[in-house]
Amino acid sequence: MVTGDVKLIGSWASVFVMRARIALNLKSISYEFLQETYGTKSELLLKSNPVHKKIPVLIHDDKPVCESNIIVQYIDEAWSSYGLSILPSQPYDRAIARFWAAYVDDKWFIALRSILTARGEEEKKAAIAEVEERTDHLEKAFIECSNGKPFFNGDHIGYLDIALGSFLGWWKVVELDANHILLDETKTPSLFQWAERFCNDPDVKPLMPETTKLAEFARKLFPKPQA
Amino acid sequence: MVERSEEVKLLGMWASPFSRRVEIALTLKGVPYEFSEQDITNKSPLLLQSNPVHKMIPVLLHNGKPISESLVILEYIDDTWQNNPILPQDPYDRAIARFWARFLDEQVYVTAMKVVGKVGEEKDAAVEATRDLLKLLEKELVGKDFLGGESLGFVDIVATLVAFWLMRTEEVVGVKVVPVEMFPEIHRWVKNLLDVDVIKKCIPPEDEHLDYIRARMESLKLKSV
Repeated sequence: MVTGDVKLIGSWASVFVMRARIALNLKSISYEFLQETYGTKSELLLKSNPVHKKIPVLIHDDKPVCESNIIVQYIDEAWSSYGLSILPSQPYDRAIARFWAAYVDDKWFIALRSILTARGEEEKKAAIAEVEERTDHLEKAFIECSNGKPFFNGDHIGYLDIALGSFLGWWKVVELDANHILLDETKTPSLFQWAERFCNDPDVKPLMPETTKLAEFARKLFPKPQA
Repeated sequence: MVERSEEVKLLGMWASPFSRRVEIALTLKGVPYEFSEQDITNKSPLLLQSNPVHKMIPVLLHNGKPISESLVILEYIDDTWQNNPILPQDPYDRAIARFWARFLDEQVYVTAMKVVGKVGEEKDAAVEATRDLLKLLEKELVGKDFLGGESLGFVDIVATLVAFWLMRTEEVVGVKVVPVEMFPEIHRWVKNLLDVDVIKKCIPPEDEHLDYIRARMESLKLKSV
Protein backbone atom coordinates (compact mmCIF):
# COMPACT_ATOMS: atom_id res chain seq x y z
CA MET A 1 0.00 0.00 0.00
CA VAL A 2 1.42 3.36 -0.98
CA THR A 3 0.88 6.08 1.58
CA GLY A 4 2.25 8.95 -0.50
CA ASP A 5 4.52 11.68 0.78
CA VAL A 6 3.56 12.70 4.31
CA LYS A 7 4.99 15.61 6.27
CA LEU A 8 3.88 17.06 9.58
CA ILE A 9 4.82 20.57 10.68
CA GLY A 10 4.82 20.76 14.45
CA SER A 11 6.53 20.95 17.79
CA TRP A 12 7.37 18.37 20.48
CA ALA A 13 5.53 20.42 23.11
CA SER A 14 2.24 20.95 21.33
CA VAL A 15 -0.88 19.06 22.41
CA PHE A 16 -2.46 19.63 19.03
CA VAL A 17 0.56 18.31 17.15
CA MET A 18 0.57 15.22 19.36
CA ARG A 19 -2.96 14.43 18.26
CA ALA A 20 -1.86 14.23 14.65
CA ARG A 21 1.19 12.13 15.52
CA ILE A 22 -0.80 9.62 17.56
CA ALA A 23 -3.23 9.25 14.66
CA LEU A 24 -0.37 8.68 12.21
CA ASN A 25 1.11 6.09 14.59
CA LEU A 26 -2.23 4.31 14.87
CA LYS A 27 -2.26 3.93 11.10
CA SER A 28 1.47 3.10 10.93
CA ILE A 29 2.08 5.95 8.50
CA SER A 30 5.70 7.07 8.15
CA TYR A 31 6.10 10.79 7.90
CA GLU A 32 8.74 13.49 7.96
CA PHE A 33 8.42 15.56 11.13
CA LEU A 34 9.32 19.20 10.55
CA GLN A 35 10.01 20.70 13.97
CA GLU A 36 9.21 24.41 14.17
CA THR A 37 11.55 26.57 16.23
CA TYR A 38 9.77 28.28 19.10
CA GLY A 39 9.40 32.00 18.45
CA THR A 40 9.62 31.77 14.67
CA LYS A 41 7.36 30.53 11.90
CA SER A 42 8.89 28.77 8.92
CA GLU A 43 8.12 29.74 5.31
CA LEU A 44 6.49 26.38 4.79
CA LEU A 45 4.17 26.89 7.77
CA LEU A 46 3.12 30.35 6.59
CA LYS A 47 2.53 29.04 3.10
CA SER A 48 0.65 25.91 4.23
CA ASN A 49 -1.57 27.57 6.81
CA PRO A 50 -1.90 31.16 5.66
CA VAL A 51 -5.19 31.68 7.50
CA HIS A 52 -4.12 30.74 11.04
CA LYS A 53 -0.33 30.33 10.69
CA LYS A 54 -0.48 27.62 13.37
CA ILE A 55 0.79 24.11 13.89
CA PRO A 56 0.04 21.29 13.29
CA VAL A 57 -0.18 21.17 9.52
CA LEU A 58 -0.26 17.82 7.79
CA ILE A 59 1.03 17.90 4.23
CA HIS A 60 -0.02 14.88 2.20
CA ASP A 61 1.34 14.81 -1.35
CA ASP A 62 1.86 18.57 -1.08
CA LYS A 63 -1.73 19.22 0.03
CA PRO A 64 -1.98 20.86 3.45
CA VAL A 65 -4.56 19.95 6.11
CA CYS A 66 -4.93 22.23 9.15
CA GLU A 67 -6.56 22.06 12.60
CA SER A 68 -5.70 19.07 14.78
CA ASN A 69 -9.14 17.44 15.03
CA ILE A 70 -9.66 17.90 11.31
CA ILE A 71 -6.24 16.33 10.65
CA VAL A 72 -7.11 13.32 12.83
CA GLN A 73 -10.36 12.79 10.92
CA TYR A 74 -8.50 13.19 7.64
CA ILE A 75 -5.96 10.56 8.67
CA ASP A 76 -8.81 8.20 9.56
CA GLU A 77 -10.57 8.77 6.24
CA ALA A 78 -7.59 8.96 3.87
CA TRP A 79 -6.10 5.77 5.27
CA SER A 80 -9.33 4.04 6.21
CA SER A 81 -8.02 0.63 5.18
CA TYR A 82 -4.93 0.95 7.40
CA GLY A 83 -4.97 -0.19 11.00
CA LEU A 84 -7.94 0.38 13.26
CA SER A 85 -10.68 2.98 12.95
CA ILE A 86 -10.08 6.20 14.85
CA LEU A 87 -13.67 7.46 14.77
CA PRO A 88 -16.37 5.07 16.03
CA SER A 89 -18.31 3.24 13.34
CA GLN A 90 -21.87 4.19 14.37
CA PRO A 91 -23.15 7.68 13.49
CA TYR A 92 -24.49 8.33 16.99
CA ASP A 93 -21.22 7.30 18.66
CA ARG A 94 -19.34 9.49 16.20
CA ALA A 95 -21.57 12.42 17.11
CA ILE A 96 -20.93 11.89 20.82
CA ALA A 97 -17.18 11.64 20.23
CA ARG A 98 -17.23 14.85 18.16
CA PHE A 99 -19.37 16.62 20.75
CA TRP A 100 -16.98 15.87 23.59
CA ALA A 101 -13.87 16.59 21.50
CA ALA A 102 -15.34 20.03 20.80
CA TYR A 103 -16.07 20.42 24.53
CA VAL A 104 -12.46 19.55 25.37
CA ASP A 105 -11.20 22.34 23.09
CA ASP A 106 -13.89 24.98 23.59
CA LYS A 107 -14.52 24.64 27.33
CA TRP A 108 -12.12 22.36 29.15
CA PHE A 109 -8.84 23.50 27.59
CA ILE A 110 -9.76 27.16 27.95
CA ALA A 111 -10.29 26.60 31.68
CA LEU A 112 -7.02 24.67 32.03
CA ARG A 113 -5.07 27.39 30.27
CA SER A 114 -6.62 30.11 32.42
CA ILE A 115 -4.90 28.55 35.43
CA LEU A 116 -1.56 29.32 33.79
CA THR A 117 -2.57 32.84 32.84
CA ALA A 118 -4.31 33.64 36.13
CA ARG A 119 -3.18 36.78 37.90
CA GLY A 120 -3.36 36.43 41.65
CA GLU A 121 -4.76 33.80 43.97
CA GLU A 122 -8.43 34.65 43.49
CA GLU A 123 -8.28 34.20 39.72
CA LYS A 124 -6.29 31.02 40.11
CA LYS A 125 -8.78 29.53 42.56
CA ALA A 126 -11.67 30.35 40.24
CA ALA A 127 -9.86 28.78 37.29
CA ILE A 128 -9.13 25.64 39.29
CA ALA A 129 -12.77 25.33 40.31
CA GLU A 130 -13.82 25.63 36.68
CA VAL A 131 -11.37 22.93 35.58
CA GLU A 132 -12.62 20.63 38.32
CA GLU A 133 -16.22 21.13 37.29
CA ARG A 134 -15.45 20.49 33.63
CA THR A 135 -13.27 17.48 34.38
CA ASP A 136 -16.24 16.10 36.25
CA HIS A 137 -18.28 16.37 33.04
CA LEU A 138 -15.53 14.43 31.26
CA GLU A 139 -15.64 11.70 33.89
CA LYS A 140 -19.35 11.24 33.11
CA ALA A 141 -18.56 11.36 29.39
CA PHE A 142 -16.00 8.60 29.85
CA ILE A 143 -18.46 6.35 31.63
CA GLU A 144 -21.08 7.02 28.93
CA CYS A 145 -18.74 6.51 25.97
CA SER A 146 -16.54 3.67 27.15
CA ASN A 147 -19.43 1.44 28.19
CA GLY A 148 -17.20 -0.57 30.50
CA LYS A 149 -14.31 -0.74 28.05
CA PRO A 150 -10.82 0.68 28.69
CA PHE A 151 -11.03 3.73 26.41
CA PHE A 152 -13.55 6.39 25.33
CA ASN A 153 -13.48 4.66 21.96
CA GLY A 154 -13.88 1.16 23.43
CA ASP A 155 -11.21 -1.49 23.17
CA HIS A 156 -8.57 0.73 21.62
CA ILE A 157 -7.81 4.43 21.62
CA GLY A 158 -9.76 6.63 19.25
CA TYR A 159 -10.74 10.18 18.38
CA LEU A 160 -11.89 11.34 21.80
CA ASP A 161 -9.10 9.54 23.66
CA ILE A 162 -6.63 11.35 21.42
CA ALA A 163 -8.40 14.71 21.78
CA LEU A 164 -8.25 14.64 25.58
CA GLY A 165 -5.29 12.37 26.20
CA SER A 166 -2.88 14.57 24.28
CA PHE A 167 -3.32 17.08 27.10
CA LEU A 168 -1.97 14.75 29.76
CA GLY A 169 1.56 16.13 29.65
CA TRP A 170 0.32 19.70 30.08
CA TRP A 171 -2.29 18.56 32.60
CA LYS A 172 0.57 17.46 34.88
CA VAL A 173 2.49 20.68 34.27
CA VAL A 174 -0.53 22.79 35.21
CA GLU A 175 -1.03 20.68 38.36
CA LEU A 176 2.52 21.48 39.39
CA ASP A 177 2.07 25.15 38.60
CA ALA A 178 -1.22 25.35 40.51
CA ASN A 179 0.10 23.13 43.30
CA HIS A 180 -3.27 21.40 43.17
CA ILE A 181 -4.32 17.97 41.93
CA LEU A 182 -6.35 18.33 38.75
CA LEU A 183 -6.81 14.65 37.89
CA ASP A 184 -7.96 13.20 41.15
CA GLU A 185 -8.02 9.43 41.67
CA THR A 186 -10.91 9.70 44.14
CA LYS A 187 -12.98 12.40 42.42
CA THR A 188 -12.64 11.12 38.84
CA PRO A 189 -11.46 7.52 39.20
CA SER A 190 -12.41 6.40 35.69
CA LEU A 191 -10.51 9.24 34.05
CA PHE A 192 -7.56 8.72 36.34
CA GLN A 193 -7.23 5.08 35.35
CA TRP A 194 -7.90 5.84 31.71
CA ALA A 195 -5.08 8.39 31.78
CA GLU A 196 -2.59 5.75 32.88
CA ARG A 197 -3.75 3.35 30.19
CA PHE A 198 -3.63 6.08 27.55
CA CYS A 199 -0.08 7.14 28.42
CA ASN A 200 1.09 3.55 28.27
CA ASP A 201 -0.39 2.92 24.85
CA PRO A 202 2.51 2.08 22.48
CA ASP A 203 1.31 4.65 19.93
CA VAL A 204 1.29 7.36 22.59
CA LYS A 205 4.20 6.59 24.92
CA PRO A 206 7.08 7.76 22.70
CA LEU A 207 5.30 11.06 22.03
CA MET A 208 4.37 12.15 25.55
CA PRO A 209 6.81 14.90 26.56
CA GLU A 210 8.77 14.55 29.74
CA THR A 211 7.22 16.63 32.55
CA THR A 212 10.36 18.53 33.62
CA LYS A 213 11.20 19.50 30.07
CA LEU A 214 7.61 20.59 29.42
CA ALA A 215 7.43 22.55 32.70
CA GLU A 216 10.56 24.42 31.69
CA PHE A 217 9.00 25.22 28.31
CA ALA A 218 5.79 26.31 30.04
CA ARG A 219 7.71 28.88 32.04
CA LYS A 220 8.90 30.39 28.74
CA LEU A 221 5.41 30.39 27.24
CA PHE A 222 3.63 31.64 30.37
CA PRO A 223 6.10 33.85 32.20
CA LYS A 224 5.09 34.81 35.69
CA PRO A 225 4.41 38.53 36.18
CA GLN A 226 7.07 40.28 38.28
CA ALA A 227 6.10 40.40 41.96
CA MET B 1 -37.01 5.71 2.85
CA VAL B 2 -37.82 6.78 6.37
CA GLU B 3 -39.35 4.06 8.53
CA ARG B 4 -42.53 4.74 10.48
CA SER B 5 -40.61 4.14 13.69
CA GLU B 6 -38.06 6.89 12.96
CA GLU B 7 -38.68 9.92 15.08
CA VAL B 8 -36.79 13.10 14.35
CA LYS B 9 -37.36 16.14 16.52
CA LEU B 10 -35.48 19.43 16.41
CA LEU B 11 -35.35 21.72 19.43
CA GLY B 12 -34.64 25.03 17.80
CA MET B 13 -35.34 28.71 17.51
CA TRP B 14 -36.75 30.36 14.41
CA ALA B 15 -34.28 33.25 14.29
CA SER B 16 -31.12 31.28 15.08
CA PRO B 17 -28.69 30.60 12.23
CA PHE B 18 -27.50 27.49 14.05
CA SER B 19 -31.00 26.09 14.27
CA ARG B 20 -31.87 27.00 10.66
CA ARG B 21 -28.78 25.28 9.29
CA VAL B 22 -29.99 22.00 10.77
CA GLU B 23 -33.39 22.56 9.14
CA ILE B 24 -31.68 23.14 5.80
CA ALA B 25 -29.82 19.84 6.11
CA LEU B 26 -32.89 17.85 7.11
CA THR B 27 -34.96 19.42 4.34
CA LEU B 28 -32.23 18.82 1.75
CA LYS B 29 -32.34 15.14 2.60
CA GLY B 30 -36.11 14.95 2.74
CA VAL B 31 -36.10 13.87 6.39
CA PRO B 32 -39.47 14.58 8.04
CA TYR B 33 -39.05 16.16 11.45
CA GLU B 34 -41.00 17.79 14.21
CA PHE B 35 -39.85 21.30 15.00
CA SER B 36 -40.15 22.40 18.59
CA GLU B 37 -39.70 26.15 19.03
CA GLN B 38 -37.75 26.81 22.22
CA ASP B 39 -37.90 29.84 24.45
CA ILE B 40 -34.26 30.40 25.28
CA THR B 41 -35.13 32.89 28.01
CA ASN B 42 -37.16 30.20 29.76
CA LYS B 43 -35.58 26.88 28.88
CA SER B 44 -37.82 23.83 28.71
CA PRO B 45 -37.17 20.70 30.79
CA LEU B 46 -36.72 18.79 27.53
CA LEU B 47 -33.99 21.16 26.38
CA LEU B 48 -32.21 21.06 29.72
CA GLN B 49 -32.44 17.30 29.80
CA SER B 50 -31.30 16.87 26.18
CA ASN B 51 -28.36 19.24 26.37
CA PRO B 52 -27.38 19.41 30.05
CA VAL B 53 -23.81 20.49 29.24
CA HIS B 54 -24.54 23.62 27.17
CA LYS B 55 -28.30 24.07 27.63
CA MET B 56 -28.47 25.51 24.11
CA ILE B 57 -30.31 24.99 20.87
CA PRO B 58 -30.21 23.40 18.41
CA VAL B 59 -30.61 19.86 19.70
CA LEU B 60 -31.58 17.07 17.35
CA LEU B 61 -33.45 14.16 18.90
CA HIS B 62 -33.34 11.03 16.78
CA ASN B 63 -35.48 8.26 18.20
CA GLY B 64 -35.12 10.02 21.55
CA LYS B 65 -31.32 10.22 21.47
CA PRO B 66 -30.01 13.79 21.67
CA ILE B 67 -27.26 15.32 19.56
CA SER B 68 -26.05 18.86 20.32
CA GLU B 69 -23.79 21.43 18.64
CA SER B 70 -24.85 22.39 15.12
CA LEU B 71 -21.70 21.22 13.31
CA VAL B 72 -21.86 17.87 15.10
CA ILE B 73 -25.55 17.63 14.17
CA LEU B 74 -24.83 18.39 10.51
CA GLU B 75 -22.23 15.62 10.33
CA TYR B 76 -24.60 13.25 12.11
CA ILE B 77 -27.33 14.01 9.58
CA ASP B 78 -24.91 13.39 6.72
CA ASP B 79 -23.69 10.12 8.30
CA THR B 80 -27.23 8.86 8.95
CA TRP B 81 -29.13 9.88 5.80
CA GLN B 82 -26.79 9.35 2.91
CA ASN B 83 -28.87 10.72 0.04
CA ASN B 84 -28.00 14.23 -1.19
CA PRO B 85 -24.65 14.31 0.61
CA ILE B 86 -23.71 17.55 2.31
CA LEU B 87 -20.02 16.87 2.81
CA PRO B 88 -17.85 15.97 -0.18
CA GLN B 89 -16.79 12.34 -0.63
CA ASP B 90 -13.04 12.87 -1.00
CA PRO B 91 -11.17 12.96 2.37
CA TYR B 92 -9.14 16.01 1.41
CA ASP B 93 -12.18 17.96 0.27
CA ARG B 94 -13.91 16.97 3.52
CA ALA B 95 -10.99 18.32 5.53
CA ILE B 96 -11.17 21.61 3.63
CA ALA B 97 -14.94 21.83 4.15
CA ARG B 98 -14.55 21.21 7.88
CA PHE B 99 -11.82 23.83 8.02
CA TRP B 100 -14.04 26.51 6.49
CA ALA B 101 -17.00 25.55 8.67
CA ARG B 102 -14.89 26.02 11.80
CA PHE B 103 -13.53 29.28 10.39
CA LEU B 104 -17.04 30.59 9.89
CA ASP B 105 -18.24 29.67 13.36
CA GLU B 106 -15.11 30.43 15.39
CA GLN B 107 -13.77 33.45 13.53
CA VAL B 108 -16.40 35.11 11.33
CA TYR B 109 -19.35 34.69 13.67
CA VAL B 110 -17.46 35.74 16.80
CA THR B 111 -15.96 38.82 15.13
CA ALA B 112 -19.24 39.77 13.43
CA MET B 113 -21.05 39.67 16.78
CA LYS B 114 -18.76 42.45 17.95
CA VAL B 115 -20.08 44.68 15.16
CA VAL B 116 -23.51 44.39 16.72
CA GLY B 117 -22.37 44.55 20.31
CA LYS B 118 -19.88 47.42 20.25
CA VAL B 119 -19.98 51.14 19.51
CA GLY B 120 -17.63 53.78 18.15
CA GLU B 121 -14.00 52.83 17.53
CA GLU B 122 -14.49 49.29 18.77
CA LYS B 123 -17.32 48.85 16.31
CA ASP B 124 -15.19 50.18 13.44
CA ALA B 125 -12.41 47.80 14.36
CA ALA B 126 -14.88 44.91 14.40
CA VAL B 127 -16.15 45.89 10.94
CA GLU B 128 -12.59 45.94 9.59
CA ALA B 129 -11.77 42.61 11.20
CA THR B 130 -14.94 41.01 9.83
CA ARG B 131 -14.15 42.28 6.34
CA ASP B 132 -10.62 40.86 6.53
CA LEU B 133 -12.06 37.46 7.35
CA LEU B 134 -14.71 37.69 4.64
CA LYS B 135 -12.06 38.47 2.04
CA LEU B 136 -10.93 34.87 2.45
CA LEU B 137 -14.42 33.64 1.68
CA GLU B 138 -14.60 36.01 -1.28
CA LYS B 139 -11.45 34.38 -2.67
CA GLU B 140 -12.92 30.90 -2.20
CA LEU B 141 -15.94 31.80 -4.32
CA VAL B 142 -14.03 32.85 -7.43
CA GLY B 143 -15.11 30.60 -10.30
CA LYS B 144 -17.64 28.75 -8.15
CA ASP B 145 -21.40 28.97 -7.87
CA PHE B 146 -21.34 27.78 -4.27
CA LEU B 147 -18.71 27.28 -1.58
CA GLY B 148 -19.35 23.58 -2.09
CA GLY B 149 -18.60 23.91 -5.82
CA GLU B 150 -21.36 23.34 -8.36
CA SER B 151 -24.01 22.76 -5.77
CA LEU B 152 -24.88 23.64 -2.20
CA GLY B 153 -22.73 21.90 0.40
CA PHE B 154 -21.65 21.83 4.03
CA VAL B 155 -19.80 25.14 3.95
CA ASP B 156 -22.68 26.92 2.18
CA ILE B 157 -25.09 25.69 4.83
CA VAL B 158 -22.82 26.94 7.62
CA ALA B 159 -22.13 30.18 5.73
CA THR B 160 -25.85 31.05 5.62
CA LEU B 161 -24.99 32.90 8.81
CA VAL B 162 -23.17 35.38 6.61
CA ALA B 163 -25.80 35.53 3.87
CA PHE B 164 -28.92 35.80 6.01
CA TRP B 165 -27.78 37.03 9.37
CA LEU B 166 -24.66 39.17 9.04
CA MET B 167 -25.82 40.70 5.76
CA ARG B 168 -29.36 41.21 7.01
CA THR B 169 -28.06 42.93 10.14
CA GLU B 170 -26.48 45.62 8.00
CA GLU B 171 -29.82 47.38 7.66
CA VAL B 172 -30.26 47.46 11.40
CA VAL B 173 -26.64 48.08 12.40
CA GLY B 174 -26.37 50.93 9.92
CA VAL B 175 -23.02 49.79 8.52
CA LYS B 176 -22.58 48.05 5.20
CA VAL B 177 -20.20 45.43 6.52
CA VAL B 178 -20.30 43.51 3.23
CA PRO B 179 -20.55 46.13 0.45
CA VAL B 180 -21.02 44.74 -3.06
CA GLU B 181 -18.05 46.72 -4.42
CA MET B 182 -15.74 44.97 -1.97
CA PHE B 183 -17.44 41.57 -2.09
CA PRO B 184 -18.95 40.96 -5.54
CA GLU B 185 -18.47 37.17 -5.29
CA ILE B 186 -20.25 36.94 -1.96
CA HIS B 187 -23.17 38.94 -3.33
CA ARG B 188 -23.32 36.68 -6.36
CA TRP B 189 -23.27 33.66 -4.07
CA VAL B 190 -26.17 35.00 -1.99
CA LYS B 191 -28.22 35.35 -5.20
CA ASN B 192 -27.34 31.73 -6.07
CA LEU B 193 -28.47 30.62 -2.61
CA LEU B 194 -31.79 32.42 -2.98
CA ASP B 195 -32.44 30.39 -6.14
CA VAL B 196 -32.28 27.15 -4.18
CA ASP B 197 -35.72 25.95 -3.03
CA VAL B 198 -34.47 24.45 0.21
CA ILE B 199 -32.86 27.74 1.19
CA LYS B 200 -35.96 29.77 0.35
CA LYS B 201 -38.00 27.39 2.45
CA CYS B 202 -35.69 27.33 5.45
CA ILE B 203 -34.47 30.85 6.09
CA PRO B 204 -36.43 33.11 8.46
CA PRO B 205 -38.95 35.40 6.73
CA GLU B 206 -37.18 38.70 6.11
CA ASP B 207 -39.55 41.21 7.69
CA GLU B 208 -40.07 39.33 10.92
CA HIS B 209 -36.38 38.61 11.03
CA LEU B 210 -35.42 42.27 10.71
CA ASP B 211 -37.92 43.20 13.43
CA TYR B 212 -36.42 40.57 15.67
CA ILE B 213 -32.84 41.74 15.02
CA ARG B 214 -33.86 45.35 15.68
CA ALA B 215 -35.43 44.36 18.99
CA ARG B 216 -32.38 42.37 20.03
CA MET B 217 -30.04 45.23 19.17
CA GLU B 218 -32.11 47.60 21.27
CA SER B 219 -31.87 45.28 24.24
CA LEU B 220 -28.09 44.91 23.68
CA LYS B 221 -27.71 48.71 23.63
CA LEU B 222 -29.67 48.98 26.85
CA LYS B 223 -27.39 46.39 28.47
CA SER B 224 -24.18 48.17 27.46
CA VAL B 225 -25.27 51.60 28.70
